Amino acid sequence: MRAAVIVLPGSNREQDTKYILRDLLNIETDLLWYKETNLSLYDLIVVPGGFAYGDYLRAGAIARFAPAVQVLGDYVVAKKGWVLGICNGFQILTEAGLLPGALARNEQKKFVCKRVKLRVENTETAFTQFFEPNEIVELPVAHAEGRYFDTPEAIAKLKRNQQILLTYVDENPNGSVGAIAGITNELRNVFGLMPHPEHNCETLLGSGAGLRFFQSLVHSREAVHG
Amino acid sequence: MSKTAKEYLVKILIEPKPELLDPQGHAVEIAMHELGLATARETRVGKLVKYKTLALSETEARQKAIEIANQLLINPIIEVYAIEVDAL
Repeated sequence: MRAAVIVLPGSNREQDTKYILRDLLNIETDLLWYKETNLSLYDLIVVPGGFAYGDYLRAGAIARFAPAVQVLGDYVVAKKGWVLGICNGFQILTEAGLLPGALARNEQKKFVCKRVKLRVENTETAFTQFFEPNEIVELPVAHAEGRYFDTPEAIAKLKRNQQILLTYVDENPNGSVGAIAGITNELRNVFGLMPHPEHNCETLLGSGAGLRFFQSLVHSREAVHG
Repeated sequence: MSKTAKEYLVKILIEPKPELLDPQGHAVEIAMHELGLATARETRVGKLVKYKTLALSETEARQKAIEIANQLLINPIIEVYAIEVDAL
């Protein structure tokens, strides 16, 4: 397995993500400069957290035109591998049209930085297969624009297709419709989530449950390629 | 005789969709009430993008503005917009 973490101007979680993949899971991992357009080497592309292009205009609005992000569409349609967007990465993937919906400013009028409880709604995906159905996990969130929003019809479609992978439990920290915290696309090879699994991968930082998202992907890669 | 391009000032006014709760607008409205503008209501905080551009006509300047608004400047899932074009 080989992974790439895209580095955009203003990304700031790329080293943390690389550390999880390379140091904890022994995956060959490259930091991929945003001007690169060759994704053919990779089984997993991560769009990391941060404030790409300063989040100017809207979070992800300018980042979606970065060369490395522009070529993600073909990568996804051709099913070359998996794409994981964390926090700002999720915002970028929605702006790029690789995931439905949009992330609006938090309803609570503030930047939210805390640990939240989440329910794993669908464990039948490459990203979540190492979780028990309806398992509750705790991950940190840190964002100002994390309120998932779409039309009622679009939300109904997400539910019908079981594309909602994570929902907030007990407390909805940003006012997301349906308490949605993470979704996948129809092809189930793109996953975007506002919480940070890379910040709860070791027991020093919590339960370590975040690691299982990455382990799920390693297992999926082995299942495909042996 | 060929047409010559003229310069136009384009203003694109962007605001959150009516059905979307606007926390910025809400916070600003509370402050306005506290400062004595008690009747202020439905306060929305949006964005103004304005630029000067060359075009052969006002229609062309407007058409180009619609294109760039939909491509980059607005997200139709959460925002609505209005365009003003003035010849300079």
